[in-house]
Amino acid sequence: MTFITKRQLAVTVAACLLAGAAQADTIRVGVIAPFSGPFAIWGQQFQQAIEVYQAEHGTEIGGHSIEFLYRDTGGVNPDQTRALAQELLIREGVDYLSGLVFTPNALAVAELATQSETPTVIMNAATSMITTQSDYFLRTGFTLWQVTVPMADWALAQGITTAVTAVTDYGPGIDAENAFRSAFEAGGGTVLDAIRMPIQTTDFAPFMQRVRDQAPAAVFGFLPAGPPTYAFTRAYNENGLREAGITFLGTGETDETTLEALGEPAMGLHTAYHYSAAHESEMNHAFTARLAEMFPGSVANLASVGAYDGAALIYHMVEVAGSDGPAAMQAAMGHAWESPRGPVSIDPATRHITQNVYIRMVDRDAEGRLINREIDTIEAVPDLGLSQ
Amino acid sequence: MTTLLSILVDGIAYGMILFMISVGLSVTMGLMRVINLAHGGFALIGGALAHALVTHGVNYWAGMGLAVLGTMLIALPMERGLYARIYRMGELQQVLATIGIAFMIIATVNYTLGSTLLPIPTPEGLRGSLDLGFRTLPYHRVAVIVAGLLVTLFLYLLIERTRFGIRLRAAVDHRATAATLGINTGRIFALTFMLGAGLAALGGILGAELLPIEAYYPLRYMVLFLVVVAVGGMGSITGSFVAALGLGTLDTASRYLAPEYGTIVFFVTMAVLLTLRPQGLLGKGRA
Repeated sequence: MTFITKRQLAVTVAACLLAGAAQADTIRVGVIAPFSGPFAIWGQQFQQAIEVYQAEHGTEIGGHSIEFLYRDTGGVNPDQTRALAQELLIREGVDYLSGLVFTPNALAVAELATQSETPTVIMNAATSMITTQSDYFLRTGFTLWQVTVPMADWALAQGITTAVTAVTDYGPGIDAENAFRSAFEAGGGTVLDAIRMPIQTTDFAPFMQRVRDQAPAAVFGFLPAGPPTYAFTRAYNENGLREAGITFLGTGETDETTLEALGEPAMGLHTAYHYSAAHESEMNHAFTARLAEMFPGSVANLASVGAYDGAALIYHMVEVAGSDGPAAMQAAMGHAWESPRGPVSIDPATRHITQNVYIRMVDRDAEGRLINREIDTIEAVPDLGLSQ
Repeated sequence: MTTLLSILVDGIAYGMILFMISVGLSVTMGLMRVINLAHGGFALIGGALAHALVTHGVNYWAGMGLAVLGTMLIALPMERGLYARIYRMGELQQVLATIGIAFMIIATVNYTLGSTLLPIPTPEGLRGSLDLGFRTLPYHRVAVIVAGLLVTLFLYLLIERTRFGIRLRAAVDHRATAATLGINTGRIFALTFMLGAGLAALGGILGAELLPIEAYYPLRYMVLFLVVVAVGGMGSITGSFVAALGLGTLDTASRYLAPEYGTIVFFVTMAVLLTLRPQGLLGKGRA
């Protein structure tokens, strides 16, 4: 009864071989982002940074090979995002989800991530509460509170005690206004006026005039990058706020992909942010050089570094836990590594990235290109939005 | 008092920008009666050409002239090939056809130049601000105000005082009769359409400091163009002028006095005006 036929042996060997093959399996990562439409640059920046990471680190880790699949949401589209995530999980059998530029899109994936125990690395969507919506959410981007509070603190340290806030009247704008006001007033500053500008605004002259009339030491602005920021920074100059010595304080307005277009009027603007393409470190130089070499004409921005670190985090989780979702989440908690933006780690309390926040001033580099020059560093800032 | 003066100054400056970006539409949609949702597309073509020329070292004014000319040349085959058919369509078909053209222009620019901002660097003379005593006014806005007045005058003379203008009005009012009388209506329409496209390009370039050129320009500002022409009244350049200045001042006033109401004031005014006068402020009220 117990003697083994040749055939049984062959089957056993084949089974062992198959199991071995399964060990060295392919881990698939689904990246959901806009690759077409007005926000296509996000998907493009994500994909390029991920490909740079793969060029540097190979496509195999811990005996697994990693494959990225890209899906296009077009823009803010929670329903489609959910459908794409479902398709990736069920039909493509992905083990990790990633990408996610907009808050509504990220929220649409929460339930699926939890049910399927799929670690989901959010590369951008920046509302603090997102990571509370699923235990499988991680984030390698930033939150508005994380960068705005250091901006307010820095302004106070420079002796700026009065400010006017001028934000676009939508979710993130109001978030930024609240973050700035609470930190600025807690530090003894006074917010003279809080202006909320309609999202359709094309002419910012009236608002700038109103700011100027109140003569604050600084104006804190928050607007979506692109045309509104372009018109806003021009209005700041043309209405004589710069001459009147009113310091411009902002966050992501001087994004590297639009900075050159902002041109001369952007010079000297102060912003607080987690990444500048001009960050002085060997790793960042290598990253930006490789990006420019592989994709001529591309510049690194927050999306690039969010995706690059997202890939780094996914590689780490795959190395430790393969396709085991809960184990991968364990591996991510407290994981610390060196990023092109500086030292970063995953805060086990929020599953959000803890990182340095830099105070930058727009300046020209040796070749005359506009850059965000880092002038001050606030180290290891966690997400500050959830404790509020 | 200062606020009142500021509202007036900013309102007129903003209104003139609104007029400049919509005057091309008041020619194609107002005069020629084609619902041209691709109007912003021609402004985008002009802006993109100017961006390419000026960033490659061409003088700003020369670049602007070449870009306007280039847009008119691009518009000609489009008029002959596409719009000549679109004129004869019903309103809904016109909407669908011209928005399709807008999407094609957007996709072309997006593919060739990308979806980031396409700035047109202003020359030294347009930077800085004019000191009005109680406040300052940027030079480029002064330039837009001057350009707006010149364009209004030019169009008035062209349409009311020249033989071309008479033929155009005849062709628009009754094409068949005009053709019977020996007017080459096809040529008149082609020239007028080119004029509209050229004005769109000019407005796009001059307004670019406020409404920067980028691939999605035609959709982003479509409502603005349409409101100005609709409130002004179809077929009336003066109407568009009055509407643009009025709406600009009103919108500016609401930004100074009640920003929390957003753009509601603008659109409520539009709705009320169009309810009271469906043909627009100075529209001729065609049956």
